[in-house]
Amino acid sequence: MKLSNKVIGYLFLSICAIISIFPFYWMVVSMTNTSSDVTRGKLLPGGHFIENLKNLLQTVDLVPALTNSAIIAVATTVLSLLIASLAGYGFEIYRSKAKDIVFNILLLSMMIPFAALMVPLFRMFGSITPVLPFIGIDTLSAVVLPTITTAFLIFFFRQSTKMFPKEILEAGRIDGLKEIGIFFRIYVPTMKTTYAAAAIITFMASWNNYLWPLVVLQSPENQTIPLLISNLGSSYSPDYGMIMMAIVIATMPTAIIFFFMQKHFVAGMMGSVK
Amino acid sequence: MNIPEKLGPEKLAKKPAPRPARSLRLKNTLIGWSFVAVASLLIGIFYFYPMVQALIMSFQSGTGVNLSFVGFENYIRLFQDPVFLTTVKNTVIYLIIQVPVMILLALFLSVVLNNKTLKWKGFFRTAIFLPCVTSLVAYSVVFKYLFAPDGIVNMTLMKINLVSEPVQWLTDPFWAKITIILAITWRWTGYNMIFYLSALQNVDQSIYEAAKIDGASAIQQFFKITIPMLKPIILFTSITSTIGTLQLFDEVMNITAGGPGNSTMTISQYIYNLSFKYTPDFGYAATVSYAIVILIVIFSIIQFKAGGEKK
Repeated sequence: MKLSNKVIGYLFLSICAIISIFPFYWMVVSMTNTSSDVTRGKLLPGGHFIENLKNLLQTVDLVPALTNSAIIAVATTVLSLLIASLAGYGFEIYRSKAKDIVFNILLLSMMIPFAALMVPLFRMFGSITPVLPFIGIDTLSAVVLPTITTAFLIFFFRQSTKMFPKEILEAGRIDGLKEIGIFFRIYVPTMKTTYAAAAIITFMASWNNYLWPLVVLQSPENQTIPLLISNLGSSYSPDYGMIMMAIVIATMPTAIIFFFMQKHFVAGMMGSVK
Repeated sequence: MNIPEKLGPEKLAKKPAPRPARSLRLKNTLIGWSFVAVASLLIGIFYFYPMVQALIMSFQSGTGVNLSFVGFENYIRLFQDPVFLTTVKNTVIYLIIQVPVMILLALFLSVVLNNKTLKWKGFFRTAIFLPCVTSLVAYSVVFKYLFAPDGIVNMTLMKINLVSEPVQWLTDPFWAKITIILAITWRWTGYNMIFYLSALQNVDQSIYEAAKIDGASAIQQFFKITIPMLKPIILFTSITSTIGTLQLFDEVMNITAGGPGNSTMTISQYIYNLSFKYTPDFGYAATVSYAIVILIVIFSIIQFKAGGEKK
């Protein structure tokens, strides 16, 4: 009986693993095949990698889209980390009743779905466009601004700050450091792993963000990678090989982060439970 | 740690005279608030202010920016709007089928993976977690092609004689919903599994040993020990998944575009269409937005009540 249980276990895991991996395999193999090979169901690598890449670069503005996505993701990550860690640190270290109330109100924002925000946000950005065109509709800043502060990330930093040895802060104070100095010179360097995990989740969320860029970006030169993939995917006579090339390229950054920083990656994903 | 070494003896000697306690406390309070000010302000501007705006807009109607007050008209329209009711029905179907299936699957996987004697554990775990690295748009497009009438899935099913003609995964109202459910399950099962795996590592193995001695079968152990032990984390993941599913947009938009008809359209997509695809009606779209908010609150309360009676 024990043996049969084991066999069933391995079988179950193998099937799940195959189902999980197959779309990746198919993506990678298809990017080396012609469109008609893909439709015929070819599952072996072919020799059309270069051709698909050339086609992709000629058909769409891949490099500008990659650049836009990278600018947005890096800016979002840097600003989010700064804002959220300052707040998470503040809420925990300078704890007070009033601040706890504010913190709980901020947490409520996690319940607000983005779909409910997009219309009023669109109107908000619409109304500031004539006054401040550089952060108005159809700018990269408009993509970044509403996404740089999430209650989740503040919560994440606050939870990690709970483990932070407070005596070190006292030592810093005795050494004559200003409060803000303590934060930047003591807290930030000691919390490297928390920052790494937070950076990964924020970068990924921003790199993959679809709905808000879809709403707020209009001109083709501001397109981001998810918008480009979505447009390619909705074409009536898709060139499968070329589209898979685009999808693989779009997935590369997050896949690389995953494989090289698996520990932080998982820590980031699970950040909210402690 | 780089604590600057400025602690000279003369510095200790010239310690400033203690200032009046009140102003010091005030200064400390101000410093504390200044740490949290930017974040609080930004959340106010980009979450709460828009929600107030949406509330006001939900009592207005008109095309584009020309809105005028119409009282409760939008709310009355909501309950008579067949498209809205369809999108609520679709979203709830996704929710009540997909979330339990995924959570059970993730639980099973984590229990099997938690077995100490299992080989290639790391490989299986990584493989099943891998879908989490894909962007929602990218995997949606891949699924759309895999489930195309002449796609790999149909080809395989026909080759092994499970079906005689291609399943209309994308164009049949029933199968299209199944496709969406399969896609979300593929993307998120590994994610939930990781939570359960780490929770299982904290469960005392001797409980299982005792259960085995008492003659409990593997299935009994699963339902009588594992699930109760993991209750808090199951509650957490089911609330996260519920909130996620109620906001479902990227997948539906890119796999079926809401079709055929409106049979896979979600509430989020309807809000998008009302605002940016059809003749824009921001007022009514805001009313629909509040419907999602209310649904999220209701489902979260239900799950809290169901999962956390004795906490």
